[in-house]
Amino acid sequence: MESAVAADLTQICGADNVITDPQQLRTYECDGLTAHRCSPGLVVLPQSAEQVAAIVRVCAARHIPFVARGSGTGLSGGALPRADGVLIVTSKMRSIIAVDVASRRAIVEPGVTNLAVSKAAEPYGLFYAPDPSSQVVCSVGGNVAENSGGAHCLKHGFTVHHVAGLEIVTPDGEITWLGDGTGAAPGYDLVGAFTGSEGTLGIATKIVVRLTPIPEAVTTLLAAFTTMGAGGAAVSSIIGSGILPAAIEMMDALAIEAAEAAVRCGYPEGAGAVLIVELDGPAADVAAQTDAVREICTATGAYEIRAAQNAAERAAIWTGRKSAFAAVGRISPAYIVQDGVVPRTALPAVLDRITELSAETGIRVANVFHAGDGNLHPLVLFDDRVPGEQAAAEKVSGMILDLCIEHGGSITGEHGVGVDKSRYMPRMFGADDLDTMQLLRCAFDPAGLCNPGKVFPTPRLCGEVPGVRRAPHPLVASGLIDQF
Amino acid sequence: MGTGTSGSAAETIPAALANACSDIAAASDSDAIGGRQARFVAAPASANEAAALLRAAADLGLTVVARGSGSRQHWGAAPASCDLIVDTRRLDRVVEHAAGDLVVTTQAGVRLDDLAAVLATAGQRLALDSSSAGQREPAGTVGGMIATGAAGPLRYRFGGPRDLLIGITVVRADGTIARSGGKVVKNVAGYDLGKLFAGSFGTLGLITEATFRLHPKPETSTWIAVIEDNPQSAAETARAMADAPLAPSAIELSWPSAADSIAVSVLLEGDRASVDGRAERMMSLLTRGTAGSVARGTAGSPSGHTKRPDGRSAHPTLAAEGRDQTAPVHHRGRTASAATTIRIAFWSGELATVLGIIRESGAQHGVDPAISGSAGAGVLEVSVDHEVDAEAVAGFINELRARLGAMAAGGVVPSVASAVVVQAPPEVRDSVEMWGPVPSLRLMRAVKDQFDPEHRLAPGRFAGGI
Repeated sequence: MESAVAADLTQICGADNVITDPQQLRTYECDGLTAHRCSPGLVVLPQSAEQVAAIVRVCAARHIPFVARGSGTGLSGGALPRADGVLIVTSKMRSIIAVDVASRRAIVEPGVTNLAVSKAAEPYGLFYAPDPSSQVVCSVGGNVAENSGGAHCLKHGFTVHHVAGLEIVTPDGEITWLGDGTGAAPGYDLVGAFTGSEGTLGIATKIVVRLTPIPEAVTTLLAAFTTMGAGGAAVSSIIGSGILPAAIEMMDALAIEAAEAAVRCGYPEGAGAVLIVELDGPAADVAAQTDAVREICTATGAYEIRAAQNAAERAAIWTGRKSAFAAVGRISPAYIVQDGVVPRTALPAVLDRITELSAETGIRVANVFHAGDGNLHPLVLFDDRVPGEQAAAEKVSGMILDLCIEHGGSITGEHGVGVDKSRYMPRMFGADDLDTMQLLRCAFDPAGLCNPGKVFPTPRLCGEVPGVRRAPHPLVASGLIDQF
Repeated sequence: MGTGTSGSAAETIPAALANACSDIAAASDSDAIGGRQARFVAAPASANEAAALLRAAADLGLTVVARGSGSRQHWGAAPASCDLIVDTRRLDRVVEHAAGDLVVTTQAGVRLDDLAAVLATAGQRLALDSSSAGQREPAGTVGGMIATGAAGPLRYRFGGPRDLLIGITVVRADGTIARSGGKVVKNVAGYDLGKLFAGSFGTLGLITEATFRLHPKPETSTWIAVIEDNPQSAAETARAMADAPLAPSAIELSWPSAADSIAVSVLLEGDRASVDGRAERMMSLLTRGTAGSVARGTAGSPSGHTKRPDGRSAHPTLAAEGRDQTAPVHHRGRTASAATTIRIAFWSGELATVLGIIRESGAQHGVDPAISGSAGAGVLEVSVDHEVDAEAVAGFINELRARLGAMAAGGVVPSVASAVVVQAPPEVRDSVEMWGPVPSLRLMRAVKDQFDPEHRLAPGRFAGGI
């Protein structure tokens, strides 16, 4: 990166907040998806919206691509830097500006961690509902970019349902507000369009989030089944009965084995599947629903059911589930996490097919998933020291995504497309669909400098008539942007 | 761009349009939108036919306005031109009701009451309503509901169309068919264009199909109302209803005129035992917490008759109308299409302030509006009778906007409340800006320019003249 850029950014943010040292830059070479790595050209850590805007204006003027990064916990490479670009890290923008108890809103900066919002709201009996499993460290700005979910979004919704207004820096460096915090601002719903756009439409610098009353009662049940089929039947039965739990999670034998090895979660012996069902709401309702869920689980073949009534017991039940991803490291040297979604009713068929795929290829797959909304997290295990295993695992991983699409599902439920799954987008959407989505991109970022190369396999070149690409776009020819 | 000025019923239908869509006719006077005479009305039977029609319209440079049942065609600004009305009445198929997945895919022209009947067979519902609870209006269509972003009391718990829409298919101005989202609730693949189209008033494309998340239809429901005599205590009551850990579905307010008292109502839904239990707790909590009178509606229907358990005097307006005394009150005749309706959105904690602003602005201009809407969600509808002098109504609206705008002073967010004129008689339309100030208008124009570069889709209908 040219030293003039560093000089410009140093003038904006101070020398302490501009990183050019190659060793230090490497710290930022990947996010939570470590398979993709790239040292950024330069890292800058702004402390205000005005600084972000000034940085973006420098990038826009010099045609330098830029990527925003929160805490770097994303799982799709959405914050993968560019070697020829600037990485704008929001971790120094950590102020909770206001908690408006009467209106149930908080105004926060993008670097504030997800859990910090709930902590700030807790004294008032409120919490911030979206709870990705990385909530201790992940940032609200990153949550907005990814439209993050979490175990409890089955009942409480995703980030997009809990954001009512955004101050953003546009890709040309203007500070503007989308929405007004009411959730019913006049005009197009740009808050909704921006949320989940994976950092490609601009950088959020202030976020108005909705706060939700802490439920009066919470019960967590753990039910053990001998087979995944029985567990799946319980899930269908619970939803079919009209109960909407806060969360329904499921783990298979391999995932349980890994969790036991890692954290000794003490799940019932011999379980082929465990189901975690969390119910929240008014006390009497939760009590009645707990009884109903117990009955359903027993009727569908649960051989042991445990109920947690307090925070400590609840934590014990969740330990195994929450540690599952990392725990798989105990039983496999390497693994790929997938994030496909299928209609809930297709779960049994899809799980059976995954088992077959695993048997056919010899690649083990551990299943940990948000059963209530059909969001699978198959962990595709492989040994990276064995030649060819990684390729085989990637193939199985791709076949699982195809399976999700075949059943009318999605390639990603909450992790985002990023760089990881952009090549699968054409399997889910047609060229016209993708071109149409990119109209939005062109409206916000005609120069294509804001987190380029993410989400879409082939960037639409703004202003070009689709289908008549006769020569390389001038920006490609001049080396300013890539097309791949 | 077409002129849209011809009123001749004898206008010849261009062959390109007739070839694209078999169901096409010259428009009649009754097809006019906001006083703007249309030239042709076409009713495509499929997304493909709609695409061919929009391609032909593009070739001819015609302006295009989408129409569902027409129940809200008088909402928003009048289009600047309307050569071709695309009527969605033949897109009337519920494509797939996946009951086990609590998801439905439906064509845009399906009427909401027909859809509700289909969903009810599986004990499910699309948890969206419109306007004030219980108010009977012509059943709109799925496409119209999305395009207008219409939401009623249930918005407190379930949000609006944008919150339950999980997939959408649209035809763009140039005839390209595009979809986004899908038929699973949890899905972050690609941009969510449904959000953009929800509330876009037909200015970005024609909605042909939509997929929604569904909810179980509650076994029963009940309203509990508290009658208050000033904005402050009404706001405190609304807050108490929201703060009670009793999972309300709606918190509504009704204040028919400055001289009336204020009814604040809470809706509880669920199975019978749950609703009874929560209603009892809510009643006792409200009886302890307020000076106002508390009453519960009969379980079942919010519009059913009600006994007053406390025997206190009834809400004057309600009593006069001889209607349910605990349902959220709606003002018959006052939201008729001839009246002016203004939608005010604000941070719900500011309810008392906003109520004060409405009444003070009204008093200043000799207007006594009816106020109703979601106290819980912070969205109120303010209605002024059509007899009221247009100049006074315009003065009232401008005053409202000035005062609501001033609420943001000194805060972090530059605007925290808005007043949109949803519908108004022609004289009022002529003297007031329908949409008022809009945040980030530059980006909205950029979005419009990308989706409809020739500005042929419902031109001028939307915010900022879009």
